[in-house]
Amino acid sequence: MIERDEVLHVARLARLALSEDEIEPMARELSAVLDHIAKISELDLANVVPSTHVVEVSGGLRPDRPRASLPREVALDQAPAVSGEGFLVPSPQA
Amino acid sequence: MNATDPLALSAGEAVEAISAGLLSSRELFEAYRARAEADRAAADGGLNCFTWVAEQPPGEDQPPPLHGVPLAIKDLFCTEGVPSQSGSRMLEGYLPPYTATVVSALAGAGAPLLGKTNQDEFAMGSSTENSAFGAARNPWDRERVPGGSSGGSAAAVAAGLAPWALGTDTGGSIRQPAALCGIVGLKPTYGAVSRYGMIAFASSLDQAGPMTRNVGDAALMLRHMVGRDRCDATSLAFPEEIALPTGERLDGVRLGVPEELTGEGIEGGVLESFHAALARAQELGAEVQDVHLPHAPHALSAYYVLAPAECSSNLARFDGVRYGLRAAGADQLLDMYTRTRHDGFGAEVKRRIMLGTYALSSGYYEAYYARAQRVRTKIADDFRTAFEQVHFILAPTSPSVAFKLGEKTGDPLAMYLNDYCTVPMSLAGIPAISIPCGLSEGLPVGLQIAGPAFSENRMLDAAHAMEQALDFDAAAARV
Repeated sequence: MIERDEVLHVARLARLALSEDEIEPMARELSAVLDHIAKISELDLANVVPSTHVVEVSGGLRPDRPRASLPREVALDQAPAVSGEGFLVPSPQA
Repeated sequence: MNATDPLALSAGEAVEAISAGLLSSRELFEAYRARAEADRAAADGGLNCFTWVAEQPPGEDQPPPLHGVPLAIKDLFCTEGVPSQSGSRMLEGYLPPYTATVVSALAGAGAPLLGKTNQDEFAMGSSTENSAFGAARNPWDRERVPGGSSGGSAAAVAAGLAPWALGTDTGGSIRQPAALCGIVGLKPTYGAVSRYGMIAFASSLDQAGPMTRNVGDAALMLRHMVGRDRCDATSLAFPEEIALPTGERLDGVRLGVPEELTGEGIEGGVLESFHAALARAQELGAEVQDVHLPHAPHALSAYYVLAPAECSSNLARFDGVRYGLRAAGADQLLDMYTRTRHDGFGAEVKRRIMLGTYALSSGYYEAYYARAQRVRTKIADDFRTAFEQVHFILAPTSPSVAFKLGEKTGDPLAMYLNDYCTVPMSLAGIPAISIPCGLSEGLPVGLQIAGPAFSENRMLDAAHAMEQALDFDAAAARV
């Protein structure tokens, strides 16, 4: 069973605020899913190579030549707040 | 061919009718546009398939080879200047500055954008109930789900609100809604289609694919989707052109039926329909034999570690800085991040982010993520071994027919079990197609055919032969 403190710890890592009424259901639902997932601990996986991708991809490199990217004004156009030539965010300090 | 009712034509037939001068692409577009717009305007009073519909037919002449047959596209594909929010509040009002490669490729081949379709938020779900636009509905029974996450695309095609549609599949999100709505859905080999411009869920699994009325249309669309894209380093050149399928017999074809995906947990009516389809395959000359995928029962567990892990990383980009939602009133940066993510994400997305973050966190990484990656290797090995004995593997697409709206929303694990028959192929990166194979309780059942990597042409041919023999009647879903 995942405890309340653990839920809050993971939420902090995930940069996710949870309302008070979200915490208990989250603990319960994560626990149920993790119990199910725990079945893979029964398997003998010694000497098995982990796979990140299943289809072999090699040599995906291209020549390193400069080319135009998204114009600044286009990149800034969808931002919730901008200041001059950049994205505007609140101060990291409280 | 009846050119007086353009809506009755498959996409392939519509292409022929336009090129023969029997139908104008503008007339065809307008006919679908009006239906799609009516459904969008009706929202919950209709099927709620569309999140956005084009206001008018494209102005310029539509090029061959597809001659302007309109295409519905899942919301998560970026379309320049057209709302693309992946079913999430987080991207409300977002207008992408570029278009996904696969959407451009299809538009360039003459399949212009008809509308964007409803989906589970960030493609996380199996019912299209987790959407900022509200739940989509199944045209066979409006009180039931269309499946998900590409449920809007599936319902639109089944109901005749679009001639064909583009979906994406991470663990079954094309195949399962195709099955539940009685249409054809194909998940290509991982890497066959560029992911550039798809709002990412789990990058090592996500693939775009066709959702169509028949197997021929799926081949026709896929032909214009595959290929290496320099904007997606995991995309690969498809080794051959996708051909239009013509298969009518299955002589000499060996079909494997894995007991792991055809036993416990599969609804009786679904199994009945599946076994009837196997009998038809034998009548067509196929040899049906048992195969084993010993690790398939663990696929769901591995998937629900790997996909959430990748999602927790991919969705880190939604922080209220560059696009989309920003929570109002936060005067400190960290507070702005956490509140934006609280407000913007729905319950299921939060659950997956939490699950993925947990699985990747210090102390748990080895037990969950690293183990799941090893299970993935074993699953791919299982399929490799099976394909030494058989040409294709057959299984039901979904363990059940379409379920009632709200039936599984309170139980995440019950919802995840919908993916039981589709995630093994996703983890192995192999192609699989779902075709309708019959009805159970008046609702469609999907037959899944999976083949080795890059076997799409042979798989489509086998699916075509089965489709001809099964002769599924989809008329009841048309609205």
